[in-house]
Amino acid sequence: MSDAKDPSVLKLDGLRKSYNIGLPTELEVLHGLDMTLHTHDFCALVGPSGSGKSTLLNLIGLLDQPTSGELYLLDQPTRELDDEGRTKIRRESIGFVFQFHHLIEAFSSLENVLMPLMVKGGRPTAEQSDWAMQLLDAVGLKGFERKKPSQLSGGQQQRVAIARALVTRPALLLADEPTGNLDTQTAAHIFELLRRFNREFGCAVLIVTHDPRLSETCDRTITLVDGRFTGDEWHKSPSPAPS
Amino acid sequence: MWIEFTIALKFLRQGLAQTALILIGIAVGVSVIVFIVTLVTGLQANIVDRTLGTQAHIRVEPFEEINRPAVIRPGALQLILEDERSQQLRSINNWQQVMTALEKLPDVTAVSPVVSGPGFARRGAATMSVSIIGIDPERYERIITISDDITEGEFRVNAGNTAIGSKLASDLGVRVGSKLRLEAGGNRTAVVTVTGIFELGVRDLDARFVYLDLKQAQALLGLYGGVTTIDLTVTDIFDASRISDQIDRLTGLKSESWMQINSQLMNALQSQSLSSNLISFFVALSVAFGIASVLAISVTQRTREIGILRAMGARKEQMLRVFLIQGAILGLFGSFIGAGIGWGMVWAFNEFGPGLFDISPSVTIIPVSVAIATITGVVAAIAPAWRASRLDPVAAIRYV
Repeated sequence: MSDAKDPSVLKLDGLRKSYNIGLPTELEVLHGLDMTLHTHDFCALVGPSGSGKSTLLNLIGLLDQPTSGELYLLDQPTRELDDEGRTKIRRESIGFVFQFHHLIEAFSSLENVLMPLMVKGGRPTAEQSDWAMQLLDAVGLKGFERKKPSQLSGGQQQRVAIARALVTRPALLLADEPTGNLDTQTAAHIFELLRRFNREFGCAVLIVTHDPRLSETCDRTITLVDGRFTGDEWHKSPSPAPS
Repeated sequence: MWIEFTIALKFLRQGLAQTALILIGIAVGVSVIVFIVTLVTGLQANIVDRTLGTQAHIRVEPFEEINRPAVIRPGALQLILEDERSQQLRSINNWQQVMTALEKLPDVTAVSPVVSGPGFARRGAATMSVSIIGIDPERYERIITISDDITEGEFRVNAGNTAIGSKLASDLGVRVGSKLRLEAGGNRTAVVTVTGIFELGVRDLDARFVYLDLKQAQALLGLYGGVTTIDLTVTDIFDASRISDQIDRLTGLKSESWMQINSQLMNALQSQSLSSNLISFFVALSVAFGIASVLAISVTQRTREIGILRAMGARKEQMLRVFLIQGAILGLFGSFIGAGIGWGMVWAFNEFGPGLFDISPSVTIIPVSVAIATITGVVAAIAPAWRASRLDPVAAIRYV
């Protein structure tokens, strides 16, 4: 739930993205998007296939670069950053949950959760390992630490992926259809988890989803159609979105 | 670096069959290199050993005589028709002083004066052409240990006693204790007693060599008090040419190393080294391509994981290092196994091979081949690792 006093985590300012599909044709997929996301926001991004949701998420996650416009993360402009700078922000402030959970098969559940910390600082400390265990416990996977991803069910894998996304205590959690290939019950459970972490850690959550039932449980739903925001709806809070 | 190492190891362990295959490939390559290099080095050492068993490392001789045309007035035209001069047997001037000077050189281990020239050995109706070699036995034995090759009698060469080659002995039908008549030019003859028969293993030498006491040989060859060559040995045989040049400058005499005397042999040895180096190089090259191709496949297989790691904040250099380390690990372990197999092949060659000569791996071949294979692994990994580090995270994550 957003509060006007909450600092802004993400701000889009006239963000555009176009692809070169063989010169001179340029295909613009995002047409100047403006949006602000605050700490504690739990926001769904919905829209039909091909509307540009994943492209937007990749831009916000600094995996891709906008053609024009500016993208502020924690009030810091990011367009001029080089790969090193964007990697640093990704490492420190952004957590990712992908549709296909994307765990690394060679590592155990616990190691997968610790991976973002290990990539940043090498061998994990005892406190970091404890923290990762707590997260696994929180997603209901106590006792599964040593299991390899292939030994877990789809829902369990996605829960490991959520624990992994949260291990760095990111300011922004991005989830690309995190329940896309899970059954309804498991999907509801995953959503509940995300909701809980949003409350407990105060990290802004942006979820791309197709499922209207799930998006309605979010505080806010932003609709993207053909690269334009066509709706910004608040469910839980009657107050308008702070600009 | 810890995380890169851990990821590299886990990736290699996960694709165990692939890792095992390339390890076998590297091991086979390294074992071939270890074996070939050891075999050729051993063979060469054996050949050099045999050659130097009958030769001094350096021979010092007087310069050959040349024609010296009379000096002519400037501007005058001179037409010369000359034949090369015949080389008569000549002594080294002041050979005692030369010998003393040579003995003082730091790398020289033994010096022996020799007077040698042609002659005939006659017994009954048989006449054989021989090389009369006058020596100081004690000094000469430090150059060539004839007593090791004695097959009959003993190597006792002094006034009136001689040691001859086995082929000559059988040609003349002499045994230890038999008398022999030696003839040189100018009606100089001597009758000597055979005290020893030797076999150097070189047919030509065994058919011609007649060792005499230095003084007796000088008298027989008409070079009273003179010597025709000074034989030397040096500490490092492959340094002989340098020392020979040094002696050249020091004494003004003609000095030749065993390498110059056996230039054809040296040529053969060098060609052998070249071919073994070429084999090693191309085997190493194919090993490198093997590592590179396996890692290239691995990068493709790991595309999605690379994407995830990049999304999590792994830097480009970290991805680069993961694959470079994989190359190094493959090279290191593969070469350890290969060195072991190579060692086993050497052992098997000595145990079950033709048995003409023994080869032993040098102490350095193992660490050197392991180091080269590891570096090769890293170098081979550069291209795939570079590709991994350049993967676009967005495309990599979507990659299925």
